[in-house]
Amino acid sequence: MRPDIVRVLQPIVIIAVSLVVVWLLLGGTQQFMNFLTLGAIYALIALGYTMVYGIIELINFAHGDLFMFGAFVAMWILTVPLGMTGAVDNPLQLTVILVVVMLPTMIVMGLLGTFIERFAYRPLRHAPRLAPLITAIGVSFILQNVIYSVFGPSPVNVPQVFPLTRFEFLGGRVSFLSLFMVAIAVFLMVLLQLFVGRTRLGRAMRSTAQDREAAELMGVDINQTIAITFFIAAALAGAGGTIQGLYFGSVQFNLGFFVGLKAFTAAVLGGIGNTTGAALGGFVIAFIEVFATQLGYSRWSEVAVFTVLILVLVFRPSGILGQQLGERA
Amino acid sequence: MTASAGAAGTRPQGFRGMRDRAGTLAASHRSITIIVGWIIVATALPLLMLVPPFSTFQTQSLWIDGFTNAGVFILLALGLNVVVGFAGLLDLGYAAFYAIGAYTYAFAASPTVPWISLHVPFWPMLLVGAAVAAMFGLLLGAPTLRLRGDYLAIVTLGFGEIVPAVFLNADKVTNGTNGIGGVYKPDLFGYQFTLGNPVPYYIAMVAIIAIVMILVYRLQDSRLGRAWMAVREDELAAASNGVNTVTTKLLAFALGASTAGLAGVFTASKLTFVSPDQFSFAVSFTILAMVVLGGMGNVWGVAVGAFLLYTIQSVLLKQLNPFFHTLNVPFLKDIDFVQYQFLLYGLALVLMMLLRPEGLFPSSRRRRELHTEVDEYVGDELGPDPSSSPMEQS
Amino acid sequence: MSAATADPGNGTILRAHRVTKAFGGLVAVKEVDLEIPPTSIVSLIGPNGAGKTTFFNVIAGILDPTSGHVEFRGDRMIARPIRTWFEPVVWVTPSVVAGVISVLVYLATANADATALAVLAAIGLLIVMFLAAIVRPRWYLRLLATAGVFRSSRPNDMVKAGMGRTFQNIRLFANMTALENVQVGMHTKMRANAADALLSTPRARAEEKASQARAREFLGIVGLRGRAGELAKNLPYGDQRRLELARALASEPTLLLLDEPTAGMNPRETAQMTQLIDRLRRDLGISILLIEHDMKVVMGISDRIYVLDHGELISQGSPDAVRADPRVIEAYLGKPAS
Repeated sequence: MRPDIVRVLQPIVIIAVSLVVVWLLLGGTQQFMNFLTLGAIYALIALGYTMVYGIIELINFAHGDLFMFGAFVAMWILTVPLGMTGAVDNPLQLTVILVVVMLPTMIVMGLLGTFIERFAYRPLRHAPRLAPLITAIGVSFILQNVIYSVFGPSPVNVPQVFPLTRFEFLGGRVSFLSLFMVAIAVFLMVLLQLFVGRTRLGRAMRSTAQDREAAELMGVDINQTIAITFFIAAALAGAGGTIQGLYFGSVQFNLGFFVGLKAFTAAVLGGIGNTTGAALGGFVIAFIEVFATQLGYSRWSEVAVFTVLILVLVFRPSGILGQQLGERA
Repeated sequence: MTASAGAAGTRPQGFRGMRDRAGTLAASHRSITIIVGWIIVATALPLLMLVPPFSTFQTQSLWIDGFTNAGVFILLALGLNVVVGFAGLLDLGYAAFYAIGAYTYAFAASPTVPWISLHVPFWPMLLVGAAVAAMFGLLLGAPTLRLRGDYLAIVTLGFGEIVPAVFLNADKVTNGTNGIGGVYKPDLFGYQFTLGNPVPYYIAMVAIIAIVMILVYRLQDSRLGRAWMAVREDELAAASNGVNTVTTKLLAFALGASTAGLAGVFTASKLTFVSPDQFSFAVSFTILAMVVLGGMGNVWGVAVGAFLLYTIQSVLLKQLNPFFHTLNVPFLKDIDFVQYQFLLYGLALVLMMLLRPEGLFPSSRRRRELHTEVDEYVGDELGPDPSSSPMEQS
Repeated sequence: MSAATADPGNGTILRAHRVTKAFGGLVAVKEVDLEIPPTSIVSLIGPNGAGKTTFFNVIAGILDPTSGHVEFRGDRMIARPIRTWFEPVVWVTPSVVAGVISVLVYLATANADATALAVLAAIGLLIVMFLAAIVRPRWYLRLLATAGVFRSSRPNDMVKAGMGRTFQNIRLFANMTALENVQVGMHTKMRANAADALLSTPRARAEEKASQARAREFLGIVGLRGRAGELAKNLPYGDQRRLELARALASEPTLLLLDEPTAGMNPRETAQMTQLIDRLRRDLGISILLIEHDMKVVMGISDRIYVLDHGELISQGSPDAVRADPRVIEAYLGKPAS
């Protein structure tokens, strides 16, 4: 029994201690909440990168743009069918609205993700390794410019449905919005872990990632499994996009590229192919960014992010939680 | 040779013999072939642009200017091909070296640099720019040698982000967003290049490309080129055959980067202006797309790929409006293609890749590769024969 | 027997001294002593998973041993790394010194230009030493040795010192021609560098031409004369094995490590390969260390046999002695009563 308790407690203690350390380093609740929200967004997108990479070894450069696309879909649902303009005070009504926005966004994005996989990546599954990378870049261009031609080049406002009420917490003011967003993100991540770890489809995904041919021989439907992976990855990006839109209040067509890049960095930092690593990487990147801003070097935050990435990889070539591959002979 | 024998067998013997002889001649005098080839191409292209439909797009002078810009990308693609195509190292931040080359020249030859004021002539600076970029190639390569495939990709991507960000943020040195303007134009034996006349730039570009191409071919066929290929195929086996994988990979990074340095110096002198946003990720990705699309590892293929993609992106897509307008196609002429040019560019990338996954001009090696199955390790498949049991002790 | 390739003085080509390799808790190779006399064929046998290939990888410089060392032609080339933590200190120190000097210069003269120069020197030194630490040129290795740091030789250093090898699961350069594969094998014997290639110097061209001719000779030795232009992966299995051997021979090794050279071959091919191996020793004076499962091959050509089981050396000696050793029989066939 004891080792079990230790195994459960150990990560909790580590997480709690590091959260406290981060809270202290960021000088209080305000920046800490920024860190959490940003980290949640990066983590959600990084999960998509890591899942897709884990299963077909493709750096899906269009993933960041799926996130951006998702933000626009959520914005559109809020403004056009729902006709929202301002804050909604009734908590029940607010919850309904959120569900009505987030679920369809995730489904639409999931479908878009599988569609892209079907037409841009699947035909190239046996092609030279770099071919799908280039189509991914092409898809990224397409997604960006579809949004560009529909919504134009300037940022589009997202209706702020959340009331701006805040409450005092440990000497800082916390908005319900950010708490809520972090909660949703963590909920989705836990859900994903359970799905990958406990269900039949999750097992199929893991076995396909390990050895596609062996999985196929064992009766796993590879095409279906890969399609589902893309669906989940894109749906998570859609959720991230919704959070982004609601939290920052505006969305822009070129938003996906940089967020996607950082999320990908997060996935690699955590050890690509490893879902826990991706989440961890997302929060690490968010911390670096917020901390750099805190110190007054916000312009250098990107440089800091990539410098940390390079340093980590130099000393741990497979990322923080990645499997350290030995030389095989 | 065996593959083409069947197709060529039906042709008259004389033609085949002649073609073969021409082929051997071209192979044994490759440098001359390249020079002659470029002279022909470089003369024919501007003349071709006087003929419709090309002449309807834009003036010949604009075409020549466009070709010169395309030449910059040909150079970049040739250099990236050394890294990605020859040595198999996926570099997603190649524009960083381009930026380094451009800024090197701008620092050395502009009156608006905040901290220094020099006017070093253009031609030696070409070499200096290449050398500085090569040094940064070494510095990027050194810590990343242990990384495998896609980890290398993300580190190079990061490097490609850091370099322009440093140029952007270190504004006391680089003027930040405003960039460095007034960069001196080249002059050759007293002849001053001007903005109004694109022809001298065009000729200089063609000459540089021809030289770089000759050098790249020489590298490919050398001991070093073989070592690159060996590292690409199987790093451990390469090391176990005496290839120093460390220096081999570093040299790929350095030599690849030096070409980007050349391209950077040239661009800075031609635009007389450098700013960080000229060297974004989009540039790195475009170059990579050019290399993959042209056919990785195939020097001429990569050059053609770069030329085509650049022309599609920055000439054809921009000219679709007047083109369909003059054609007067009822439906197409109402669409504003300029608005959709990047959308179309993305579509073009996807379609070209789907239709030709191995690139437009796969290297002859790769073409042969595609005729066989896609197995990398034939040995693994066959495995040890179970019939030879471990112990046949008598 | 000719001793043309043997080193003067100390005759032994390779001496492994108590080599141990552990992966975490798993000890794959345990305190193995092994000696290879000049122009001899020594075999390493043992059941699957006995640690034979791991031992190969240790002496070929791919894996660092956990303890013990390997002397190759009299030089200690492979051993457990010593004081590696000190290496960064070695390459950082010069630039730190330069940095301190720049501070002193500033304090003493307050001359901005002189200080900047010293700072630049410090940065330059750092870059040079950093690159040196990665490329490991000879002067740097000497510097490390004086600092008491030891790192095993890399695989390519071993090849340069005269060790060639083949792999258990063939590792050819699949998309290169047979000729090119062999030419890669000649890498250490060629001298043309990047500058030679760029300038296409006469020296480099002559060398290139000679290397092609020589590579054809090696292909001839293994019986692949007519297949120079074929891609390695399109060759039949037996030819791939032979090509790998030709590639290893091309480095003109003193010692050749062959990892199951007849695996997957039919009896006729096996006999050919056996003959070939014997000829390599006889005609070229190469010593051979052989991992082999086929006992007919091993017993027929070995001068000496070492038997590994669970990473430990359980027997050694002449083929007849090993064949009669009860421990060997037990290792292969299990205990009589289990």
